[in-house]
Amino acid sequence: MKDFGYTINPDRQINYDQNSKEPVYWLETMEPSVNICISCGGCTATCSARQFTDFNIRKVHTLMMRGETHSLKKEIKKCMLCGKCQTVCPRGVNLRNLILSIHKILEFNNL
Amino acid sequence: MKQSVIIIGGGIAGMEAAASLARMGIEVTIVEKENALGGHLLQWDRLFPDRKRSDEVLEYLKKEMDSSISVETGCSVKEISRENGNFRIILDNEKILNGNALLLATGYDLFNARKKEEYGYGIYENVITSAELEGFLRKNPQPGLMKGFQVKRIGIIHCVGSRDEKVGNLYCSKLCCITAVKQAIEIREILPDVEVFCFYMDLRMFDRHFEEMYYEAQKKWGVHFIRGRLSEADENPDHTLILKVEDTLTGLPLKMTVDALILMVGMTPSAGTKKLADMAGALSGEDGFLMPSDEHLQPNETTVPGLFLTGAVKGPVSVGNTLADARAAALKIYEYFSRMAG
Ligand code: SF4
Ligand code: SF4
Ligand code: SF4
Repeated sequence: MKDFGYTINPDRQINYDQNSKEPVYWLETMEPSVNICISCGGCTATCSARQFTDFNIRKVHTLMMRGETHSLKKEIKKCMLCGKCQTVCPRGVNLRNLILSIHKILEFNNL
Repeated sequence: MKQSVIIIGGGIAGMEAAASLARMGIEVTIVEKENALGGHLLQWDRLFPDRKRSDEVLEYLKKEMDSSISVETGCSVKEISRENGNFRIILDNEKILNGNALLLATGYDLFNARKKEEYGYGIYENVITSAELEGFLRKNPQPGLMKGFQVKRIGIIHCVGSRDEKVGNLYCSKLCCITAVKQAIEIREILPDVEVFCFYMDLRMFDRHFEEMYYEAQKKWGVHFIRGRLSEADENPDHTLILKVEDTLTGLPLKMTVDALILMVGMTPSAGTKKLADMAGALSGEDGFLMPSDEHLQPNETTVPGLFLTGAVKGPVSVGNTLADARAAALKIYEYFSRMAG
C-alpha cells in the first residue's frame, strides 16, 4: 500500500457512550453533593494547589462526571486537602470529601 | 357601607394598588414606615431596559393616588388582629385602623454586602453597591465630568448575596444581571475610557428587551463579560483592588486589578416581613418571601380570607411586573368584597 504520510490523530472528543458510568455512580453514592456544582470556578480561584501547579479542581470534578478518568489520578494528587475551596463554594459542595472520594474510586478501580 | 382596605407598605406596589382600589370606590389607608411614599425607587436613577427615569414612575404614581386615600407615614405596625373577618391594626403611635381586607406590600431589603466580607464592602474604599452607584447616577454626572479622575477599569460582580448557600440565600434575585448590564452601559457613557468587566456565573436575561440590552452592551459599549465567581478581593496600598477568579471558559485562574468594584446586591425579604406575616397569618417560603395560596392561580390570595399579598414581598420582581401585580391584587380584593356582599 502506498504511504501518503498521513497519521490518525487520537480522538479528542468525550465519548460519553463509551465511558464507564461506574466511577460517577460511586462518586454520587459517596458524595451526593457532586451534583449541585454550578461550575462557577470559585473553588479553583482560591485553591492553594492552583497557585503552584496547573491543577484545576473544577475541571477534575467535571471530567470525572463525564467519565473521563484517564489522567485524573496524577491530577488529584496535587491537591493538598487544605479545604480552602470548600469555604468559598456558593453551593456548599463538600469538596474535601469529593476529592477523597475521587481518589478512592480511582485507586480502587485502578483507573 | 363603603368597604375598606389597609395596605402595609407604601412602595410602588402599595401605591399602585391603592390607586386602583380607590378608583373602584374602596376606602384605602396606606401605612409606610418611612416618611415618604415610594420605597426603593426614591434612591434609584433609571430603570432597565428602556432607562426610564425612576422619578417619572413615581410622579405618575403620585398623580394617580386620589385624595381619598389616607396615608400614615413614619409609623410601623405593632399589632394585627382579626375579628369577624375584619382586620384591626394598632400602629406604634397607638393609632387604631380598621379594614375589611389587608394587603401586605412590604417589599424587600437589599442584601447587606458586609456579610460577604471577602469582597471587602465597608472595609475597602472603592467597593460600592449597585444601589450606591444609582445614587451617584441620580446626581446626573455629565460625560467628561470625571476627566483627570484616574479610573481605568471597573469590575461589576454579579450574584452578591444571591445563589449563595454561604449567606443562606439559594435563590436568584433575578434583576441584578440586567441591572449590571444597564449600569455597565451607564458607566461607559459617562466614562468612555474606562474598561468595564462583569463577572458572572450565568447571565439571566429573562424578560423582553433584556437580551437585546446585553447585546447592545457588548456591541455598542464594549462591555466585557468573564464567566467566573469572585472568590476574593484584596486592596492595594493605592486603594485599587485585586480580583481573583477562575476564568472558567479558559479553565485558568485570572488576576485583575480594578479601580473600583460594584457589587450587584440581591434582594432579601424586608426586615419586618416575618413578624407581620406571623401576626397576619401569612406563610413564608423557605427563602423567607411570603407565599400566596397558589403561585399560578392565586398569586395575590393567601390562606387567610381577606389577607392579600402584592409585589416583592413574594420575591424579586421588576418595577413593571410589580405594578401589574398590584393591579391584579386590587381586582382580587374587589372581587372578594363583591362575593362577601353577594
Ligand atoms: S483542598 Fe485541594 S482543591 Fe481544595 S483548595 Fe485545597 S488544594 Fe485546592
Ligand atoms: S465553588 Fe462549588 S459550585 Fe463553584 S465550581 Fe467549585 S464546586 Fe462547583
Ligand atoms: S439575576 Fe444574575 S446577578 Fe442576580 S442573582 Fe440571578 S444570576 Fe445572579
